[in-house]
Amino acid sequence: MSYLTAGPIDVAALHSAVHAPDRGGVAAFVGLVRDHHQGRAVLRLEYSAYGPMAEAECARIVAEAEARWRVAIALQHRLGALAIGDAAVAVVAASAHRDDAFAACRHVIEEVKRRVPVWKREYYADGTVAWVDPTAAMQHA
Amino acid sequence: MAAIAPASVTVRVLLFASYAESLGADSLDLTLSSPATVGGVVERLRALPGGRLLPPKPLCARNLAHADAAEPVTDGDEIAVLPPLAGG
Repeated sequence: MSYLTAGPIDVAALHSAVHAPDRGGVAAFVGLVRDHHQGRAVLRLEYSAYGPMAEAECARIVAEAEARWRVAIALQHRLGALAIGDAAVAVVAASAHRDDAFAACRHVIEEVKRRVPVWKREYYADGTVAWVDPTAAMQHA
Repeated sequence: MAAIAPASVTVRVLLFASYAESLGADSLDLTLSSPATVGGVVERLRALPGGRLLPPKPLCARNLAHADAAEPVTDGDEIAVLPPLAGG
């Protein structure tokens, strides 16, 4: 399964990919498109990526998590035009027990945000458009 | 037989999102004198029209992996200059 998808993310399919009889704990994180950003109303957005590197970086993040915890990881990030409420990213971590599943799931989403080359262009209700810069948001916080 | 280092290296530069808009291109080839680094590629980009909109130390990747400014580049490398990441 490719880590990047132009179509809707199927969380059930991700779950099926890591489901196994010896894995009794599954933790999932699904990131959805929000209707606001720093107080501005968002109508829709577009994700773009440096595709080959994004695939490679996702594979590295999954491999690192699967080496560090006893866990199987499914991960997908969506690209293209998304509407409010659409799933933008999903991580499913399945393990024998919940501790590894929660820890690995949290680690993977944080590393995806930190390392995977994906960009977000937001279209606002006031007619303006902007590339989202999370580092600027942190400086303003 | 020892390989003779070439006097110059040519790399393919990829630009994305706001950086592609700033420089008006999403890819270009740059030839630098050898030895060259990722940081040297960025310096050359910042000298181009629109290049001042790039920060002095942007995130960069060399051949599909994150790379810091001191990393050497070799002929034929793909160097990507990455605006602030906004996935997830």
